[in-house]
Amino acid sequence: MADTAPEYPNRLPRPRREQAELAAIWARPRSWRIVTDVNNTVIGYFYVGTAMLFFLLAGILALLMRLQLAVPSNTFLSQETYNQIFTMHGTVMMFLFAVPVVEAMGILLLPQMLGARDQPFPRLGAFAFWAYFVGGLIFFSTLFFDLAPSGGWFMYPPLTSSQFSPGMGADFWLLGIGFIEISAIAGAIEIIVGVLRTRAPGMTLDKMPMFGWTMLIFAGMIVFAFPAVILATLLLELERTFDWPFFIAARGGDALLWQHLFWFFGHPEVYIIFLPAAGMVSMIVPAMSGATLVGYRFVVVALIATGFFSFGLWVHHMFTTGIPALSLSFFSAASMAVALPSGIQIFAWIATIASGRLRLLTPSLFVLGFLFIFTLGGLTGVMVAMVPFDWQAHDTYFVVAHFHYVLVGGMVFPLFAAFYYWTPAFSRRTLSERLGRWTFWLMFAGFNIAFFPMHISGLMGMPRRVYTYPAVMGWDVLNMISTIGAFLFAAGIALFLIDLVRNLRPSLSDTAGNIWKAATLEWLPNDVYGPRSIPIVTSVDPLWDQPHLAEDVEAGRYYLPGSITGRRETIVTSPIEATPQYLLSLPGPGWTPLLAAIFTAAFFMLLTVKAVTLAVICGALAVAMVIVWMWDSDPKPLAAVDIGSGIKLPTYAAGSLSHSWWAMIVLLLVAGSLYLAYVFSYLYLWTVSPQFWPKPAALAPVTAPAVSALLLVAGSAILVAAGRLLPRNRRSGRRFEVLAGLAAVTLAAALMTEVSAQWRAGLRPETDIHGALVYMAAFLQAQMVLPVVIMAGFAVARSLGGRLDREQRVVFDNLSLLYHYTVGQSLLGLLLAHGFPRLAA
Amino acid sequence: MRRAPAGGGILAGSLLLGGCGRDVQSVLAPGGIQAAQIADLAWLLFGFGTLVLAMVVAAVWLALRGSSRIRRILARENAVLTLGIAFPAVTLTLLLGYGVWLMRSHLDLPRDRNAVGIEVVGEQWWWRVTYSGAHGTPIASANEIRIPVGVPVGFKLRAADVIHSFWVPSLGGKVDMIPGRTTQLHLTAERPGIYRGQCAEYCGGPHALMAFEVMAMPAADYAAWLQRAAEPATTPVSEITQRGQSLFLATGCGACHAVRGTSATGTLGPDLTHIGARRSVGIDTLPLTRENLTRFITDGQHVKPGNLMPEFRVLQPPELDALVTYLLSLKVADRHG
Repeated sequence: MADTAPEYPNRLPRPRREQAELAAIWARPRSWRIVTDVNNTVIGYFYVGTAMLFFLLAGILALLMRLQLAVPSNTFLSQETYNQIFTMHGTVMMFLFAVPVVEAMGILLLPQMLGARDQPFPRLGAFAFWAYFVGGLIFFSTLFFDLAPSGGWFMYPPLTSSQFSPGMGADFWLLGIGFIEISAIAGAIEIIVGVLRTRAPGMTLDKMPMFGWTMLIFAGMIVFAFPAVILATLLLELERTFDWPFFIAARGGDALLWQHLFWFFGHPEVYIIFLPAAGMVSMIVPAMSGATLVGYRFVVVALIATGFFSFGLWVHHMFTTGIPALSLSFFSAASMAVALPSGIQIFAWIATIASGRLRLLTPSLFVLGFLFIFTLGGLTGVMVAMVPFDWQAHDTYFVVAHFHYVLVGGMVFPLFAAFYYWTPAFSRRTLSERLGRWTFWLMFAGFNIAFFPMHISGLMGMPRRVYTYPAVMGWDVLNMISTIGAFLFAAGIALFLIDLVRNLRPSLSDTAGNIWKAATLEWLPNDVYGPRSIPIVTSVDPLWDQPHLAEDVEAGRYYLPGSITGRRETIVTSPIEATPQYLLSLPGPGWTPLLAAIFTAAFFMLLTVKAVTLAVICGALAVAMVIVWMWDSDPKPLAAVDIGSGIKLPTYAAGSLSHSWWAMIVLLLVAGSLYLAYVFSYLYLWTVSPQFWPKPAALAPVTAPAVSALLLVAGSAILVAAGRLLPRNRRSGRRFEVLAGLAAVTLAAALMTEVSAQWRAGLRPETDIHGALVYMAAFLQAQMVLPVVIMAGFAVARSLGGRLDREQRVVFDNLSLLYHYTVGQSLLGLLLAHGFPRLAA
Repeated sequence: MRRAPAGGGILAGSLLLGGCGRDVQSVLAPGGIQAAQIADLAWLLFGFGTLVLAMVVAAVWLALRGSSRIRRILARENAVLTLGIAFPAVTLTLLLGYGVWLMRSHLDLPRDRNAVGIEVVGEQWWWRVTYSGAHGTPIASANEIRIPVGVPVGFKLRAADVIHSFWVPSLGGKVDMIPGRTTQLHLTAERPGIYRGQCAEYCGGPHALMAFEVMAMPAADYAAWLQRAAEPATTPVSEITQRGQSLFLATGCGACHAVRGTSATGTLGPDLTHIGARRSVGIDTLPLTRENLTRFITDGQHVKPGNLMPEFRVLQPPELDALVTYLLSLKVADRHG
């Protein structure tokens, strides 16, 4: 269809200055001002680079641990230093390397792969990156001041409570990591909306590159998994700071609640890391074999199944906690079931290799290495899914071996395959094939030499997280072999770095190009603006099935060969069929995302060291920066424009058509997941210590929640009325502003009514678990009310400034979504706090 | 490092394993029923894993280098479904059935009327052991657990501070000790011997040093030992041990440690009623000798960094000598051996 001339959206020749204008509009800031850039390629490069920096730092920590364990009764590292180092190794690898690096690869690759000019929220992407960069570096540097946490990356209370970990290390973990999770969620929102709304016209969901699918599922899993650990970190930090006894058994708390919340996040986390890597493999194998992926639909189903199952496995980290046999059986079965989707993917890749001819170049070597290591890790996973075997293997070096096989095999090897594979798309030179082979064999041999013996040392009784062991145990030879392997692996990484220095020449315009003859859009000729024109996609392998696509795109025959509005712009398409819907104007470089990120990081870190006043100032500055950046967003609607083929696209969208509405819905899913995790915690703790729930007579009188509920419902009604009164175009009276302000005040009043009623009834958060949970509901309500109040103020300001009316209304739509959600959550909270104890009694 | 107990004697026959470190803590060298069953399961799983890995490697090899006919077969969607879904679904279901059956048999309460109950509390960073004597009187000990061979032993597991995990690989799987909860574990030793256990849940500081020994002894020996262990501590008779006892009481040791039959009734630290009959002091690899005991009292933070006992450096050598002599004399449990 696309190769017949009459169907091209735009005619040749293109106007002479069109391409130069496009390049000028998308030009990057010069020299050090590059830090103000928000474009996905630049941010993507920074993001991947920073994640790799943390990979190296955490890797060095691993080498230190291997040195300490190389011989028995070693005194190279002290007990406390070792405990800090293993805590930081796990934490940094999981939170500062593994999740960010796949998110970074998504930010870098997705727009090009999907045929968009940029991500839909470039400044949010920049904010997410800088928040992670600043927060991560501060967090890591705690090691140099002996302030690093030493409670393990899993941070189990009560070891991490203020009683048993009185230092600041645990607070750095809770606030630092909590903050970096927020950055991960910001990235996930960006990715979901990007994948669903900015695909090239014609790229229906079933023609989307597999990496797009995996990133969509990856981001969706972050939305549902991360809130659980964010709630857990909130609970533990509140316990440490204000003595709210969520995990203290004597006052009705329970240490196992942390484990449930942590692993409800922690197990999906493993697949959050693995799925994008599997997506990379699903891109590399077809390209290197010259054959289309066998069983595309099965693979998609397998990915969705993996995402789904992964939320039903968390208890397999808790097989030794003495939980009942029925739960054990269920979670054992689920843990085995999750092996099936991985089986499909592995044999789909093998089938693809069989149907083509795999060129055994460096990317392929890493893929084959991945297949071997990941399969072995999957098989030991089946072993530990067997409950009796896990009783022995749990918390031993067998498990250390298992999850390194799964994570390094399942994620690091595909990542290195991806580096070798995609470098030609982002660099003037390719990486060296000769050094690449050496890198692969050093990493592959080093990895197996380091980690295979750990299976045996674990079965010989060596527990995890021990800083030393006595010579009599006979673990010394195996440990020495592991240490040698670790250094071989590190040598491979060092060689890779040399290769990068010698050959990586970042570029967006004159790249090495499609040297693999791959089939997907990121291999189109690219420049700072992405592809010259946005193609119509009719196949899952467009560069193979649509002849001349590259030349035609470069010539400007497809959509949007220049800038129509004179600004950066991309096409927003429908989520399933990818039909063009409207033209989205994108922002260019600016200081606000960077400053907002720095102040947000400062807010959290100052809170850790209990410099509350300074922290609040920084928090306010961060909000101010966001307000400044938001002031120019949601621009005035322009007339519809012609993007080619006579397709007229509006330049503005409100309601559910708007990409912004989608982002807000995803954010509400995050908030909803967080609240559901709270409701789970409430009910769970009641089953553990029902004796702490008061008799109905001791509760606050029913009138209080009734007033509170009335205020909430009234607030919603007032906001709806305000929406009806939005001015038609210019200002007409002050009715909207008054009503929007009133709605915000009503919401705040409902919160205060609830808190004061509980306080007057004599309830205190530190007395027992029931009190803590009731005030926690109020805390989570306040966490929503605060942004609603700020947003309401913002809407009022925009209305006064003539930037909000019946047509230009995205700010109000988003405020409404957030407001009504908050009302719903608060009503549920009232029902739980006032209804449940009466019901249970 | 391992040696016969200071008092010599009663365990001599069952100390055959004492000289060998390698097998005292190995999943694959079982000394009990539960461990043996899990070891069988482990070998089955290793066999299964090897087979599947070989299958995948062979499939990759054939996809790369096989004849075009074989490659055509492998490239079909049917091959993906057969090898990727059908085969694992069947084999994993069979394995799961076996695993669940074995799990349930281990969780069932022992019906044996002779079953022995022992309570173990994990503390930072030692093990409080309480036996139930005649008429249920508690008999406190620490870091050593004696059990009868061939009799099911039910362990009641609790934690005093943070989460610990009770694990004796040669006898069976591990179970966590969680503050506010009581968990259970049933083990049956098949052979007399010394089995090493170690805390398997990271519990801060010297978690790596939190180990203990389980001594499985013939049932009759165990009964006799338990009777002796129930007796109060030896009354000091010599001048030096009497001086040691009054130092023990005057220095405030009794605030944390109990010696049954004296005014020392502290419960913060290990019970010392029969400390002279134990094999080690502080950590399991530090044999109970005069020098090591002295070292633990004066320099304990180097032996086990972070442990809660202050270093008693104020004591002069003659005082230390008396104190240590007194403590070493507390070995009623071995007296009749």
